[in-house]
Amino acid sequence: MFEITAREDFSDVTYLLEVEHPMLAKAARPGQFVVVISHEHGERIPLTIADFDRDKGTITLVIQAVGKTTLEMQQTCKVGSRLYSVVGPMGVPTEIGQYKKVVCVGGGLGVAPVFPQLRAFKESGAYVIGVVGFRNKDLLFWQDKFEKYCDEFIVCTDDGSYGIHGLVTAGLEKAIEEHSDIEQVLAIGPPIMMKACAETTRPRGLKTVVSLNPIMVDGTGMCGGCRVSVDGKMKFGCVDGPDFDAHKVDFDELLLRLSRFVPKEKQALEKWQKECRIQQQAGQLIDQQKTH
Amino acid sequence: MAEQDPKVRVGNFSEVALGYTEKEAALEAERCLMCADPTCISGCPVEIDIPGFIQAICDKDIRGAYDIMMKDNLLPAICGRVCPQEVQCEAVCTVADTLEPVAVGRLERWLGDVAVKEGWTNLPYIEPNGFKVGMIGSGPASITCAADMAKAGCDVTVYEAFHVPGGVLRYGIPEFRLPNYVIDSEIQNLTRLGVKIECNTLVGRLFTIEQMLDELGFDAVFIGTGAGYPSFMRIPGESLNGVMSANELLTRVNLMRAGDFPEYDTPLNLGKKVAVIGSGNTAMDAMRVSLRLGAEKVYCVYRRTRAESPARAEEVHHAEEEGVEFHWLTAPVEILGDDDGNVVGMRNIRMELGEPDDSGRRRPVPIEGSEYEFEADMIVYAIGTNANPIIGQTSKIKLNKWGYIDADENLATSIAGVYAGGDIVTGGATVILAMGAGRKAARSMKAYLGITETETVYQAETKKPDGKLFGIDAGQKNFSRVRLAQAQV
Repeated sequence: MFEITAREDFSDVTYLLEVEHPMLAKAARPGQFVVVISHEHGERIPLTIADFDRDKGTITLVIQAVGKTTLEMQQTCKVGSRLYSVVGPMGVPTEIGQYKKVVCVGGGLGVAPVFPQLRAFKESGAYVIGVVGFRNKDLLFWQDKFEKYCDEFIVCTDDGSYGIHGLVTAGLEKAIEEHSDIEQVLAIGPPIMMKACAETTRPRGLKTVVSLNPIMVDGTGMCGGCRVSVDGKMKFGCVDGPDFDAHKVDFDELLLRLSRFVPKEKQALEKWQKECRIQQQAGQLIDQQKTH
Repeated sequence: MAEQDPKVRVGNFSEVALGYTEKEAALEAERCLMCADPTCISGCPVEIDIPGFIQAICDKDIRGAYDIMMKDNLLPAICGRVCPQEVQCEAVCTVADTLEPVAVGRLERWLGDVAVKEGWTNLPYIEPNGFKVGMIGSGPASITCAADMAKAGCDVTVYEAFHVPGGVLRYGIPEFRLPNYVIDSEIQNLTRLGVKIECNTLVGRLFTIEQMLDELGFDAVFIGTGAGYPSFMRIPGESLNGVMSANELLTRVNLMRAGDFPEYDTPLNLGKKVAVIGSGNTAMDAMRVSLRLGAEKVYCVYRRTRAESPARAEEVHHAEEEGVEFHWLTAPVEILGDDDGNVVGMRNIRMELGEPDDSGRRRPVPIEGSEYEFEADMIVYAIGTNANPIIGQTSKIKLNKWGYIDADENLATSIAGVYAGGDIVTGGATVILAMGAGRKAARSMKAYLGITETETVYQAETKKPDGKLFGIDAGQKNFSRVRLAQAQV
């Protein structure tokens, strides 16, 4: 179990892992996530299920190498290797419903996670507008996959090297201006992006759903680390979410709570990078000795 | 019973209570009166034959004592450590009328430890009956139910959402109170009975209870998922960084080993001044873990008095010895934060006890104008838990108004063949009550499946097996379930 069956590197920070888990592939619904432990000393990290293949019995995770664990996984996760633990699917699946027209927005680490919902909306018969954002053209991935299920597909880049020059909110604005009959917006990405999307749609009273990514341990409702304020009430991201009404989420609190372990995260990363350097130097020394 | 010196032990995670020596155990056992009508047995939620195993210790038949224990309790080394004996068996001990009660818990623990050390295990002859039963969760309720069903001949699978089994024994109770090797050893006994343990399996989401019955071929299911979902108080400041549930603190430390960060990846920002709200066993564990990880000051804030504290007496005593500062009759009003969103203190109000409430305990009432503040950079909530919503979200099973599973007196739920017990039915309680529920559910399950109650008989190793038990040949018809230990090897 938990064998990595395929890997693809979209850029030097973003990589895809396909993990064997037939039961999970069968059970997964759009909007759900898994908790992964990469090795015995590892931490539990929540990752949204970016795709699942019930015939092959695999799930797909798209990971951004941003901290110690995800950078380490970028090095160690190879085809044929195994993850220590994968558990899920967790969270309440996204309500797909019977919408006529929806916009799905994905930015940064939210691009891949928005895909299963987008596909489900399309398959439910909705007119789907996809909006994705990247820093530049080189980071763009899954264009073909998205285009297959989108009636309209809008790419935004921060530097203007592809599509619209600007943030995903520019793409969202464009979609809203061109379509007066949008029934729902779904936005997944960094909290600051989801907040911006919520502010874009709020004046128009357009129903907007976001998928939150708070810090969590177990993912089963037991620790309460992932608590978020929605409409002034405390909710647990793992079992009450991860989807919430964007206009009711307290994003500032979420941003603050995401910074809980910043010094520790930095400490772990620096220690690991130092170890990597030592290993590298040791390797070089051995190579030098061999050549002498 | 010898204990580590409080000054030494706050700096380590080794066990606090060192346990009896053989001589101490023998001396304590001699104190038992062997009452003709023992009250202690009914004082035990799983009805261990207490005078029976103590008599065997007196007879120096330790293996025999273990055999008697194992009939009713698969987990003596755990129960001896975590049961609140002072309100159970020891509370009704006849000796206690005049003297200290017989230390049943300590004897039980000693016996369990001897068995762990010697590698003893009791494998009854099990005749498979073809029934397949599933347990959801691998805490004390499920473990007990699993053992009973396996002994009855069922094919038992235990599902656990975490990557290691044990439930609250693992993530909740810290190493210095219940070492991991004890849990490992007692869970190993379960696998020796043929029970399969599947970790990394979140029932409800990976497959539902209904699917277990309809698609996965289970004839009966036991739900022992515990309570989970920690409570907060809805006072200002709860979302500040530095506020967490005791479940989160304990899971990070006990299960994920945050104390060994950065060798282990899971972080914990432990405060220098830690205030724990609540006074149950979980609160004591959270406080004592904080002290061991280097907190300079640890406060316990509880709105009632020490007398009403729900923790085991020994835990409160240990916490006090280790330097916890207790603020009895105190309730938090607000958690104070700085501009960066970090906790810097807590404002409290003094309470006094008024008229008794529904629970029979005197209700705490705030004293006007008694508010005061103290500095703290970490606040831990240990005020209980609510029902975990996952089973309810994913199954049609009937819940009560608090979200716990609705089970009748036989622990049957609204779905035929599905039973539930432990915290998911009662709300937060103790390990032994969960075990009692597991046993009761097993009894109901057997009745449901039509398994006639079979007596499992062990032959003590100290007695020379002669191929007969009670003068009857082991292989004889009516004793088909009895086999001698030797025949197994």
